Amino acid sequence: MDKPESLLPLPPATFHILIALADEDRHGYAIIQDVAARTNGELKLSAGTLYRSIPRMMDQGLLVETDTRPAPELDDERRRYYRITPFGVAVARAEARRHAQLVKMARVRGLAPEKA
Amino acid sequence: MRFYRALLHCYPASFRAEYGDEMEGVFRARRRDATNPVAVFILWIASFFEILFNAIAVHWDILRQDFRYTVRTLAGSPGFAITAILVVALGIGANTAAFSVTDFVLIRNLPFPGPERLVKIWQTTLGYDKMEFSPLNYRDVKRMSKSFEAIGAYTPDAVNLVGQGDPERIYATAVTSDVIPLLGTQPLLGRVFTAADERVGAAGTVILSYQLWQTQFAGDAGVLGKKVILDDQPYIVIGVMPAHFHFPSAEIGLWTPKQFAARELEDRNDNYLEVVGRLKPGVSLEQAKAEMDVTMRQLKQQYPGENKNTGGLVISLRDELSGKSRLMLWALLGASACVLLIACANLANLLLTRSLGRQKELAVRAAVGAGRERLVRQSMTESMVLAVLGGALGMLVAMWAVPLLTKLVPNTLPIASTPTVDFRVLIFAGLLTVVTGIVFGVLPALRASGKGDMNALREGARSGGGRKERLRAALVIAEVTVSVVLLISSGLLIRALLKLQNTDPGFHAGGVLSVETALPMPKYARTATRGEFYRRVLTEVRALPGVSSAAYGTALPMVWGGGIWPVDINGQVVERTASHTVSMRYITPEYFSTLQVPLVLGRAISESDTVDRQFVAVVSQSFARRYWPDLNPLGRHFQLAFHDRMVVGVVGDVRVRGLEQESEPQTYLSYQQVMDGNFVFYAPRNLAVRTSGAPSALAPAIRRIIQSADPEQPISDVQTLEQIVESKTAFRTVQVRVLGAFTAIAFLLAAIGIHGLLSFAVSQRNREIGVRMALGAASGDILRMVMRQGVRVALAGVLPGLALAYVAARLMQALLAGIQPGDLPTFLSAAGLCLVMTLVGSFLPALRAVRIDPMTAIRTE
Repeated sequence: MDKPESLLPLPPATFHILIALADEDRHGYAIIQDVAARTNGELKLSAGTLYRSIPRMMDQGLLVETDTRPAPELDDERRRYYRITPFGVAVARAEARRHAQLVKMARVRGLAPEKA
Repeated sequence: MRFYRALLHCYPASFRAEYGDEMEGVFRARRRDATNPVAVFILWIASFFEILFNAIAVHWDILRQDFRYTVRTLAGSPGFAITAILVVALGIGANTAAFSVTDFVLIRNLPFPGPERLVKIWQTTLGYDKMEFSPLNYRDVKRMSKSFEAIGAYTPDAVNLVGQGDPERIYATAVTSDVIPLLGTQPLLGRVFTAADERVGAAGTVILSYQLWQTQFAGDAGVLGKKVILDDQPYIVIGVMPAHFHFPSAEIGLWTPKQFAARELEDRNDNYLEVVGRLKPGVSLEQAKAEMDVTMRQLKQQYPGENKNTGGLVISLRDELSGKSRLMLWALLGASACVLLIACANLANLLLTRSLGRQKELAVRAAVGAGRERLVRQSMTESMVLAVLGGALGMLVAMWAVPLLTKLVPNTLPIASTPTVDFRVLIFAGLLTVVTGIVFGVLPALRASGKGDMNALREGARSGGGRKERLRAALVIAEVTVSVVLLISSGLLIRALLKLQNTDPGFHAGGVLSVETALPMPKYARTATRGEFYRRVLTEVRALPGVSSAAYGTALPMVWGGGIWPVDINGQVVERTASHTVSMRYITPEYFSTLQVPLVLGRAISESDTVDRQFVAVVSQSFARRYWPDLNPLGRHFQLAFHDRMVVGVVGDVRVRGLEQESEPQTYLSYQQVMDGNFVFYAPRNLAVRTSGAPSALAPAIRRIIQSADPEQPISDVQTLEQIVESKTAFRTVQVRVLGAFTAIAFLLAAIGIHGLLSFAVSQRNREIGVRMALGAASGDILRMVMRQGVRVALAGVLPGLALAYVAARLMQALLAGIQPGDLPTFLSAAGLCLVMTLVGSFLPALRAVRIDPMTAIRTE
């Protein structure tokens, strides 16, 4: 498998999807809702973007479809659940590190707020 | 919701199958969350555009993926890739080249504004369905016709241009002042002719073609107002036409105004004007024709003697092209289409074979979830990539080939002499490429994804499947059929060409050099002045080493078909119909011995036939037969060109008009027996020299002799008589070569097709053959078994091919110069060749079958 850095920089949608899956497996609509909630509704991932990203991310080994499903009463059989892979975690970490470094550089030049 | 589901169809089916339900779920959830109508409306709009854009992106993703896959697989089998690309390149190249010529000559608009309203007008009479107008009839038609915005007349001419370096012979056209304006092309520099220029006695004016302006005047912008000497007369340059203006054909270098001298308006039967017109807007060709009929009927009533049997003909300027030229080009395009068809069949077969070889791989891909649509897409991407690469290469082939086809552009149309590969041709090639890619890709693609293939995994890919093999055989049969049609068509045309080339022209062309020295008037208007020039040149030329004889004539045979006159016998006025006209030539002594036209009776023209003696004539055998079938023609009289002539000799017939057309009987008159200033157009201008050495080696010496006789005399058209004769069939020669090349390609492809089919069949039947051999079948049996399969396929292709070829031959019978469309030798040789091709194509696979080791073949299973 490729080194995590080889996929950087990640498209914003991809990064957001990885973040959404970092703590738990989610289905498509849940990913969209999570992204919207975390960005206070500023980023509304469209279904098209999401489902165009997912096959590509699976090809890249960032996530897999999972067979484990929630309790039947919470489940909709049409839904498919996605889980971040260890490689996906590594890539997301690398991307986060890249952003952190960027912010640090910007701060040195007074372009970003000082740490609280 | 139904609408959303319909929208999802923008996505590829495979994507829809995978994520359609989920996307629908997401949309449903969002729809639930949207509380008011405005939010719902926004959701719909957003979803609509989102699906549209994302669907395109997904299609693009798949295309890129398929493309990468294709490049990988093709790189893995370069032999296959190169073969396929070359086959496409040949097919597309042949078609693009053939199309560029056909489009240029037959299809596209003439390069004038409003070209559909331009027409050519002809007089007609018994035996001539197109005859030039006489000035008097032209003037009346122009005055009486109401259908035309303008009518103009022109007459071809050739002039000696002196004063711009070496004296040059230039093809020119004398046009009335209406001609260029009615064509609609504006001059590049200066002005066009006005009525003032065509008044008799007006100062000479000339308009240059762009090409002549470039070559003789170095594109000098100050050329306007410059004085040039044409045939010893001063002319002022008043204009230059743009590069794309060619009228009436591409060889014309300059235009002069047509002035009608009083004596030109005396004889209503002196026909030499070609007439063009522009229809008024809204007037149809049919209306113009109907009006022309009425006009000509009125002129017939008015001049019952001169206009007896005279009619009028109006045709589109676009159609000023012989039916033969048209037929030849269509035949060529048809042949190239056949080549492409065969190429497609061959490629489809190649792909099918590959798909059989990749059956397992495809089955695996299908099993892991690649849907039928994805497999078809993948397969089509592959054929498209091959088609596009081959198409690009084919364009290069076409660009290289088109200049070789210039001889197929007839010189009777106002278009450039060389077709260009332009955007129309590019679009054609592009479309052809796409269609080709689809045609040869779709069958294998559908087959590759067929449900039957799922068995491949289970069965261990042993058999190719009966249906598939039948399809492959059908494709090869089609290839054989089409190549038989091509083979017979080109065979018939080759036979026609050979027949024409073997036609006796009535003279012996070998060892004769021809040079044109058109003497300018009025410098040489006196007969005696011309005589001095001829005698001086001929005496010196005859003294050159190796020269056995030399003579001057009005025009050598096949150089000029004109000079047709009516004859009167015994004072009877005969009608001016084809059966009472003859070709008239003035000649010097030694003309017949130089061309080796046999003298049958009496004597030839001699130096003693001077203007003060009885006017004499030598006539051809057909002339004597026509008028005195059972009598001795010597000493008999006839009237020709306003003079009584006495027959002193009879010579063999000559094909004046070329090898294909019938020629009028010939009369030869003494170059001295013409009044000063009369018939100067007939003044001998072609010098013919017979030598025992190489004719073209004489050219420099002859040039020196002519230059010393008259330093201002241009020399043109230096060529051997053999070249002149060959030029008469050049169009056919090129066509036969092109068709021959197409046929060779088709044949090769068909042979490859048979070879491929049998090779594959043998490899598929490895085990069966092994078993047979183990059971005692002899090598000969196996050999026969494989060859029999090849011959069966060939026969299945040859038989319908023979029938189709007969139909094709009937369609192009006009081109066959008398060869029967069912010509048995051609048909038999074609069938024989096909048999040979089949045997050659099947031999290697058969040999391979014989070499199969039974033990290995059985064990590997």
